[in-house]
Amino acid sequence: MKQIQFSRELSSGIQTLLLHKLRSFLTMLGVVFGVGSVVAMLAVGEGASKEALEQIRKLGSHNILISSMKPVEEQAAGTPPSFMSIYGLTYMDHERITQSFSSVQKNVPVKLVRKEARVGHRAVELRVVGTSDQWFEVIPRPLLAGRTLMQKDIAAKSPVVVLTEFGARKLLAARQTIGQTIRLGVDSFTVIGIVKSETGASGAMQIPDREIDAYIPITTARSYFGDVVIKMSSGSRLREKVELNQIIVQVGSLDQVEPSARAIERMLSLFHKKNDFQIQVPLALLKQAEATKRTFNIVLGAIAGISLLVGGIGIMNIMLASVTERTREIGIRRAIGAKRKQIIIQFLIEAMVLSFVGGILGLAMGVAIPFFITWFAKMPTVITPMGILLPLGVSLGIGIVFGLYPAARAARVDPIVALRHE
Amino acid sequence: MTLDKANDASGSLICLEHAKKIYTMGRQQVAALDGMDAAFEKGSFWAVMGSSGSGKSTLMNVIGCLDRLTSGQYLFQGINISEYTDDALSDIRLRHIGFIFQSFNLIPQLTVQRNIELPLYYLGWDKEKSADHARNLASMVGLETRLTHRPFELSGGQMQRVAIARALAADPELILADEPTGNLDTRTSDQIMALLGSLHEKGKTIIMVTHESYIAEFAQNRLYMKDGRIQKVEKR
Repeated sequence: MKQIQFSRELSSGIQTLLLHKLRSFLTMLGVVFGVGSVVAMLAVGEGASKEALEQIRKLGSHNILISSMKPVEEQAAGTPPSFMSIYGLTYMDHERITQSFSSVQKNVPVKLVRKEARVGHRAVELRVVGTSDQWFEVIPRPLLAGRTLMQKDIAAKSPVVVLTEFGARKLLAARQTIGQTIRLGVDSFTVIGIVKSETGASGAMQIPDREIDAYIPITTARSYFGDVVIKMSSGSRLREKVELNQIIVQVGSLDQVEPSARAIERMLSLFHKKNDFQIQVPLALLKQAEATKRTFNIVLGAIAGISLLVGGIGIMNIMLASVTERTREIGIRRAIGAKRKQIIIQFLIEAMVLSFVGGILGLAMGVAIPFFITWFAKMPTVITPMGILLPLGVSLGIGIVFGLYPAARAARVDPIVALRHE
Repeated sequence: MTLDKANDASGSLICLEHAKKIYTMGRQQVAALDGMDAAFEKGSFWAVMGSSGSGKSTLMNVIGCLDRLTSGQYLFQGINISEYTDDALSDIRLRHIGFIFQSFNLIPQLTVQRNIELPLYYLGWDKEKSADHARNLASMVGLETRLTHRPFELSGGQMQRVAIARALAADPELILADEPTGNLDTRTSDQIMALLGSLHEKGKTIIMVTHESYIAEFAQNRLYMKDGRIQKVEKR
């Protein structure tokens, strides 16, 4: 019986609103734009933060990146040509980390050298990454062909190289890839595998791999290329000795990441008098990104609240006008035997229909806008179930909250006075 | 909440005892009903007459459960309902009282059928049953072809007949008519009064306010009011 009553209240409410189509529509507009902008903003915000989080995940949430950094005081120009700057991480540091921390599961040394790679007449300048077999476990990328570096390659100082997909295309084009010999600088290497690579950066942190990389055993890199790099810049030669450019450490569980990073930093500081390394923790970035997202959501929520409030006030305004206009009708209904409660329900349902239909239209608008943003601005947008249900629920709530006062006013109407009302 | 229709020993549907209704207007207190005693038997047809300000509207509002007495008792079918809650009074209006007004008071946006169905809607009848009932009532007042029309498409007499059909929908014992012919011409008035007369014959109790003695002639009994008291009663 209750359900029948409700559906009839609903249909008569809709009929009443249809009597004043333009007015009802204009009243709804506030909620339409409120909900529409909220849905659209949520989608854009969600898309942006999802992209940021995706970037950070590529860095590896369990990883700690330790990089060599040229001390600030040695960056100054005008150093004598004979001067050799010695800084950065050492092979000893790498050993010490393995020995000192039980939480460290993988400890990958990275030596970076820029070399020209050459196959026949094709040449491309790329980054040679001397590393261990564990690189491919710490920075997991799909293997496209062949194999990655193995323990035995490291031990035997084998002249083997793993290329990235992009590098392989540039260098080898249509030729057979695996087993091909390429030259890095003056030395010959055999291609043993091809992996996919990722690019991009998140905030200040660079993803460890590049589009075009050549991965060789760290031992091979050390014995072929040595530790001293000579940089030519504007007529002067700069000599630098850097043993390891990076050490990438992976720990077993997420809650060990930050304590381990702090401990490693303390330990390394004992052996580094100069400020020549830095530690980056992707997890910290992740947390920071999530905190930013929370702040963003709060700001968004406030804007959404204000726009929906405006919509709600519009509904309340029209409902109050409607109550005044229909005072006589209220009187008639009361005289016939309608209880106050029933009058309240009647007007409340009208307000809720206005706000809910407004919410649905707003939702349609809010779903369309991100679609166009993605289409024209190539910005990622994500519409979550929460991003739909929340504004809809809120719009219905707006109807209740802002319909309640006019409905209560309607119920308080004295039938005798109302029947005399013109 | 339903009042038993057969438990009244005295035969009075409505009984007012020392009924007082005092309005405060500024600093002045006006007694619209000034200690009135009255009884209206079941099945009777009354015309209430009196000049304006005599208290006849207040009397109708009190009998119609739209207003409360300041003091005294209002017995409906022998039950004192003076202290009933607003909801309980609404329920009495819904089940036991049908209203007919001078200005018809139909709801403009509803069709004739929906207007007639209105009390049934609040009674919680289902759709088919109330539609059937509304059709029967409409044909009783001769408007079976006008069910889908809206009030503004009807003449005054037709509107009043819709109002009568609506007043009868819940099959109440009491019909309260407030100047039912006040907005109608003589010929239409006669038709409406004939309709009320036939309801009286079917056993309805009718209390009608009018200031036209010609209309009052249709009623069985006449009650004249002055200054919130009964001035004179004429019974046939």
